[in-house]
Amino acid sequence: MIGLEHYLAVAAALFVIGIFGIFLNRKNVIVILMSIELMLLAVNINFVAFSSYLGDLAGQVFTLFVLTVAAAEAAIGLAILVCFFRTRGTIAVEDVNVMKG
Amino acid sequence: MTSADFSVILPEILLAVFAMGALLFGVYTGKDKTAPLLVWITAAVFLALAVWVGFSGGGTDTAFNGAFIDDGFARFAKVVILVSGAAVLLMAQDYMARLGLLRFEFPVLVALAIVGMMMMVSSGDLMSLYMGLELQSLSLYVVASLRRDSAKSTEAGLKYFVLGALSSGMLLYGASLTYGYSGTTLFSGIITTASEDGISLGLLFGLVFMICGLAFKVSAVPFHMWTPDVYEGSPTPVTAFFSTAPKMAAMGLFARVMFDAFGHVTHDWGQVIALLSLLSMFLGAVAAISQRNIKRLMAYSSIAHMGYALMGLAAGTAGGVQAMLIYMAIYVTMNVGTFAFILAMEKDGQPVTDIGALNMYSKREPLRALAMMVLLFSLAGVPPLVGFFGKFYVLMAAVDAGYAWLAIAGVIASVIGAFYYLRIVYYMYFGQEQEAGLDGTMNPVLWAFLMASAAIMVVGVVNLFGVEGLALSAAETLVN
Repeated sequence: MIGLEHYLAVAAALFVIGIFGIFLNRKNVIVILMSIELMLLAVNINFVAFSSYLGDLAGQVFTLFVLTVAAAEAAIGLAILVCFFRTRGTIAVEDVNVMKG
Repeated sequence: MTSADFSVILPEILLAVFAMGALLFGVYTGKDKTAPLLVWITAAVFLALAVWVGFSGGGTDTAFNGAFIDDGFARFAKVVILVSGAAVLLMAQDYMARLGLLRFEFPVLVALAIVGMMMMVSSGDLMSLYMGLELQSLSLYVVASLRRDSAKSTEAGLKYFVLGALSSGMLLYGASLTYGYSGTTLFSGIITTASEDGISLGLLFGLVFMICGLAFKVSAVPFHMWTPDVYEGSPTPVTAFFSTAPKMAAMGLFARVMFDAFGHVTHDWGQVIALLSLLSMFLGAVAAISQRNIKRLMAYSSIAHMGYALMGLAAGTAGGVQAMLIYMAIYVTMNVGTFAFILAMEKDGQPVTDIGALNMYSKREPLRALAMMVLLFSLAGVPPLVGFFGKFYVLMAAVDAGYAWLAIAGVIASVIGAFYYLRIVYYMYFGQEQEAGLDGTMNPVLWAFLMASAAIMVVGVVNLFGVEGLALSAAETLVN
């Protein structure tokens, strides 16, 4: 029987993979965008699992909001990335280094 | 979904409709030629809304089953946000026009960001919190990379986007756990569940994740990494905007979540926030010492100032929230003046950010140097200027709440931090002679903001313009 905790475990694993994808990735900014998407989808699994477990619809409504915002976020991220590529000619993570901080 | 609900959020709706109308207007008319006009109109709309929100009664109204709360606390924060947004727009206009940056999207994006901020400080539900926060953040990512042809600006936008999205993800994960373990997304529901059944482990995890996400937005250490780069890379008017309105909104949201949803366990989150506050104050004070770029310096300065504001929040009392509101109002006023000065730092028409350029500035521009000196002393918290009273209130609140160690650490950090503010004063008054200094011209709007802000720092000592009482009544609506 698959219960709530299994869903939470999967979501937690995906979320952690997403975070590691942002911090350990040294290659490509696109991979970072994918990792962000992964984190948000992990949260969605959490919301839907809780919503079904609690028998409360608010979680699923929240999921729809998150999906919409994630799409907008990806669009803006890609737009900024295109501008960055035009000025620098690269999207490698190690080249995001004009300012050191 | 009644007209009563809509009348509560009418200011937000009007501003959102205005932003969309302005976008259509900009697209269908002369594109960037209409930008200066749009900037002035947007600033006027902000000010009109600020007056409306500020004088609209004293009750607490909720709309959409509690998802949106309009109370004294929200109104105080909204007035600060709207007025500082208008001030920054007015200051930005001339600077951006001269650098060819004034696109009509700029006032539209700022207006949308401000709608998001107003949603944030009024949110009464995890969903309205998230939507407000994202509306603000997404607009700010774009504004940061407004200078599309500059490597620094696009890099600032990219870094801000990646770290901002990460923080939103953490906040959202915390929100999902909070929802799951309390069974509702309403703050009022969360606080009832948690006070009846106690705070469960899952709820505690949710709380910590949400604090992490919110700490990113207020740039508290250890979640501050984006601040110096974004401040340095963004065009200066945008930096001025980042350091005023969004900070107030993020602090307002932080207080809103902590008190409305977790108000009965102030001690649990108070310790976490006290730690964030301590780290922010010290890192902000120490890391700024080695900075030569005034925008990076202001970034570390804002990290330190957020540490003090968080100290008021950590106290977990109405007095603490009052101190936080006073501190933020004063901080925003000081920053508007300081950035008016920074915006006017130019050499041969090109912006200069190196503090070495200020050597012997007082010889050439005594009045402006004096105003800047007053602002820097106020930022450092030197009595008897207004900046000192901001620090005084948060320290008092921390001591009253039993965080005496935090207050002592705050005093030590402010002494360390005074070094880099006073170094700028030293350069201006006793620095080395140099041949070609900064240009002597200053836009009258910037001059007016610089002088007004400096004058407020001196005159406000008398009674802080009554902000104290307003902040107290605002804090009491939030903390019961």
